[in-house]
Amino acid sequence: MTVSARAEPGPALGAAGRPGARRAGRGLAGTWPLTRLAFRRDRIMLPAWVYLITVAVTTTAYGFAKLYPTAASRAQLVISGGGNPALRFLYGRLNGSSIGALTAWRYGVWAAIFGALMTVFIVIRHTRGDEEAGRLELVGSAAVGRQAALTAGLLAAVTANAAIAALLCITLPVSGLPASGSAALALAIGASGLAFTGIAAVAAQLTSGARSARGIAFGVLGAAYVLRAIGDSAGPAGPSWLSWSSPLGWVELTRPFAGQRWWVLALPVAVLAAGVGAAFVLAARRDHGAGLLPDRPGPAAASGWLRGPFGLAWRLQRGMLGGWAAGAAGIFAASGAAAKGIGSLLGGSTQLKHEFTRLGGQAGITNAYLAALMLLAGLAAAGYATSAVLRLRAEETGGLAEPLLATAASRVRWGLSHLAVAVFGAAALLAVAGLAAGLGYGLRTGSAGPELARMLGAALAQLPASLVMAGIAVALVGLLPGAAVAGAWTALGVVVVIDLFGQALQLSHWVLDISPFTHAPRLPGGAVSAAALLWLGLAALAFAAVGLAGLRRRDIG
Amino acid sequence: MSNAIEIRALRKSFGRTTALDGLDLVVRTGEVHAFLGPNGAGKTTTLRILLGLLSRDGGEARLLGGDPWRDAPRLHARLAYVPGDVTLWPSLTGGEIIDLLARLRGPRSAIDAQRKQALIERFALDPAKKARAYSKGNRQKVALVAALASDAELLLLDEPTAGLDPLMEAAFRECVEDERHQGRTVLLSSHILSEAEALADRVTIIRDGRAAETGTLAEMRHLTRTSVDAELAGPVSLDGLGGVHAVDVRGTRLHCEVDHAALNEVLGRLTAAGVVSLTCRPPTLEELFLRHYSPERAVAGARR
Repeated sequence: MTVSARAEPGPALGAAGRPGARRAGRGLAGTWPLTRLAFRRDRIMLPAWVYLITVAVTTTAYGFAKLYPTAASRAQLVISGGGNPALRFLYGRLNGSSIGALTAWRYGVWAAIFGALMTVFIVIRHTRGDEEAGRLELVGSAAVGRQAALTAGLLAAVTANAAIAALLCITLPVSGLPASGSAALALAIGASGLAFTGIAAVAAQLTSGARSARGIAFGVLGAAYVLRAIGDSAGPAGPSWLSWSSPLGWVELTRPFAGQRWWVLALPVAVLAAGVGAAFVLAARRDHGAGLLPDRPGPAAASGWLRGPFGLAWRLQRGMLGGWAAGAAGIFAASGAAAKGIGSLLGGSTQLKHEFTRLGGQAGITNAYLAALMLLAGLAAAGYATSAVLRLRAEETGGLAEPLLATAASRVRWGLSHLAVAVFGAAALLAVAGLAAGLGYGLRTGSAGPELARMLGAALAQLPASLVMAGIAVALVGLLPGAAVAGAWTALGVVVVIDLFGQALQLSHWVLDISPFTHAPRLPGGAVSAAALLWLGLAALAFAAVGLAGLRRRDIG
Repeated sequence: MSNAIEIRALRKSFGRTTALDGLDLVVRTGEVHAFLGPNGAGKTTTLRILLGLLSRDGGEARLLGGDPWRDAPRLHARLAYVPGDVTLWPSLTGGEIIDLLARLRGPRSAIDAQRKQALIERFALDPAKKARAYSKGNRQKVALVAALASDAELLLLDEPTAGLDPLMEAAFRECVEDERHQGRTVLLSSHILSEAEALADRVTIIRDGRAAETGTLAEMRHLTRTSVDAELAGPVSLDGLGGVHAVDVRGTRLHCEVDHAALNEVLGRLTAAGVVSLTCRPPTLEELFLRHYSPERAVAGARR
């Protein structure tokens, strides 16, 4: 790492002694009001994260108890699930066959992932994000120490993770799990969030931009997932020690509900301490607004690609699309690989089998599972396309539509430029998901070629339905700009609920028909209706056309 | 075509707030026109209507002979705009943004590489820096270089020097002088009076969404009072005289502001009292501005 920041006059790194103590006291002045400000600004986001993570883990525990009530049914799940390297790659190690162990397996690592995402968002938002936006300059000119904002951000993140752990300590025993195991799982999830608090605190010091700081922290999270996944899926001869190198791996290595190893909890706490200590030292050494990694200069002139609205939209969105594609490739390859033997995995639970055949829309369990995966890929592509279209609104409110539309670029071309990225990106994501799932499944069954083609087709069959959601987002941006962001995500949320839970909730056909994915084919294995695909395509076009017409007519800004 | 911009009785409201309330504005082709007014007077709204970003509720607006709303993209190929609050795409470098904006203006309006380089040097801009690393002044410079390096016929500049230091402000003034010599039309919105005084051929003053006054600076001075400072040999009374304002007598020193019609009479009375020293000068634009925008002050002055 290049340390290019100039040390400010006065004692810095080495002087942890006498003057440092006094300085630290001054550096923390104003922490309390800033912490209250942080909680005030996060009063919706923070409880929402805490709630979702707690509910996800608790309902999993409840669900396992309901789906696998007998020890015999669970034993079969353990043999097929715990023995399936793809599932170990996705979820982690399975320690035992109790309901608690199954819960920890299914949602231990993943709750820690969501907790890490929450933590990184909170820490970066209140430190580097505010600093980049210039808000900290205003705050810093008041009687506020230079470490106060960092401390406030850390306190907010630690509080959120503590809240998750505390809530799980209550809700898991209430849903019938043993208290000590529950406490171990709850603390392991919360402690993992603490480790990422330390990691995010360091990342916030490294770059001058919040986006790249988040990128670094998410990169560490991704690496932690991959290291754990490789370690977990490796056989006894493989590098299973890799799981120990990952904060996500520590969650399962605490062995909740399987003879708890309490001392493992010390590892994430040590990472928190080291990270926070390093962040404070780094923050004291650098200038306000500067990062420790130098800002890399870019090209002094635009390349031929950056030619018009389309080139610009691609340039602005390509990084995001790359991230989505990488994530989709990993997840769907592992999920596809897990398809082999899915029948015996689910064998113990007729209810779960029923669930998959319902989502997948067919009887053959393997095809039903793969078709359900493709439905998830379609929903993910719809989510991506929605966010890509909403970039229009973000550009507008950020004042960036104004310089663009003051040139010869028309409003329709501007709208189409981001819509084109959304369409291309959704198609690319579906292709990646289909190919990855096909590859994962094909390699396990030894027929990679045919599976690749079959799954690619199955994934792309979801594209028209995904594009309907993109079209709805365009229509909202064009007609109801003020409500576009909330409206588009609400629409997607409604569709997700209908598709994933609609039949289980026994909603009427009228309600189910609202979702475009109800009309998309369930592939592989299901029937394809060309008419349905055509109608979905036409609906997407109609929504987009209405939105672009609205964009032409309304005030910008 | 003799007028680059013609606005008549232009109206625009946002909900219950009226931003423009019957604004008239004419910018002749080839002139530098200053558009002066305090914050919130409606300057930016006017420019955004001229750019076709906002629709108008009433009145007429013609830009380069076309309708700014309907013909927006076609007209935009012939103009360049510098927003008041310049925001740039944070992940692009300044150099990339300058090229991008030029290319967006149309395939034929290729940017002159030499001129771009000269401007970048003149404004001391580092074009290889990412926009997120620029200060407000540097963001302004990016937008200015992009506009000034273009071959646009019309430049719309919204408070273009707000973030520039005095050195860069001087460079900017030189650039506008160059533009004037090349026969380009410039509409310069500002609340910095010295800038308008130094650059503008004609001035429109906007207050509460209407044009309060428009004309050349010479014409505007013609409309205004003369500021008189005198030291007198004996006492003088200006009581009962119309057109004399802000009278301030301290011993034998007198200050007052006099309408043109009353000037002769005032001078007559002063000479009758015996003049020791006398200064008569036209008002600065600052004084002019204060008169337009602080009515309380004008009233208070008249009462004295």
